[in-house]
Amino acid sequence: MAEFVLTDSLKQLIGSSIGPILYKVEEGAIQRYAKAVGDSNPLYNNIEYASNSQWGRLMAPPGFAGWPLAPGQDILHLVDKVISAGAPRGNLDGGVEFEFLSPIGAGDVLAALIRIINIEGLETKLGPTVVTTVEVTYTNQRGAVAMIARITFLNF
Amino acid sequence: MTKQLYYEDVDIGTEVTPLKKIATTRMLVQWAGATGDFNPLHYEEDFARNLGVEGPILHGALKRAWLVNLMTEWIGEKGRLKNLSCRYRGMDYPRKMKTFTEPHDGETWWCKGKVTKKYVAGEASVVECSIWIENGMGDKTTTGTAAAVLPSKSK
Repeated sequence: MAEFVLTDSLKQLIGSSIGPILYKVEEGAIQRYAKAVGDSNPLYNNIEYASNSQWGRLMAPPGFAGWPLAPGQDILHLVDKVISAGAPRGNLDGGVEFEFLSPIGAGDVLAALIRIINIEGLETKLGPTVVTTVEVTYTNQRGAVAMIARITFLNF
Repeated sequence: MTKQLYYEDVDIGTEVTPLKKIATTRMLVQWAGATGDFNPLHYEEDFARNLGVEGPILHGALKRAWLVNLMTEWIGEKGRLKNLSCRYRGMDYPRKMKTFTEPHDGETWWCKGKVTKKYVAGEASVVECSIWIENGMGDKTTTGTAAAVLPSKSK
């Protein structure tokens, strides 16, 4: 086994971006997400309860912006791009770092900017591996950054 | 909701109230539909095997959502999750369906955590935790950290 030696076309992907893509946070999408997680918190499920809470509206669980909004299919396009640039085809989600800066709730409009911030060639237990780190910044309609997500995926 | 947790209620070593989860093939399809993550690794047997795993595996993002669920349930409505990170260290496989609604017996997971640090920074009373998901064998297949701001009884 040896570390993966990055091709020039892989190195050139660092800094490339998609977006900003606009997403509206909808009540039904929040409820479907909460059900899929198995999270019965009424702030995320019960419109009447949430409307009478300190927030006054249905809230999204932290991390809701991440998959249901973006990157979703957009990140799979990035995975394809990394493979086209020479990375191995095997792909796994390595992990995520979330910073929750401002609550997100129904009616918010988020602008997601998806950027490849790093690509490394490593040797892992999977063999020679390309490790790609993608940063997604979600800015709300008031211009405040609501969340930052850093997602790592592995091609091996 | 569980009762509200306060900063004064926790010390280093305090256990985050554990959260039990199961996952079925049906739930993975539900997750795909709710999130738009239609990676065939999570529902297509042959595709998954070609990637070198035994069959469709749980979405990493679903496991991370379980850990968010663990934390938000514990900190209560007045707590605020500041950050959360996790790494996927092992494959987890869903239970298959026996009937339209009932799964076969199979894996059960526990989401767990422990307080590692607590401090006051300006107005914010912060607790940091190590968090993880254990499979039925007690293996930690996902590990991570989280920080939350808790309300204080003294304010």
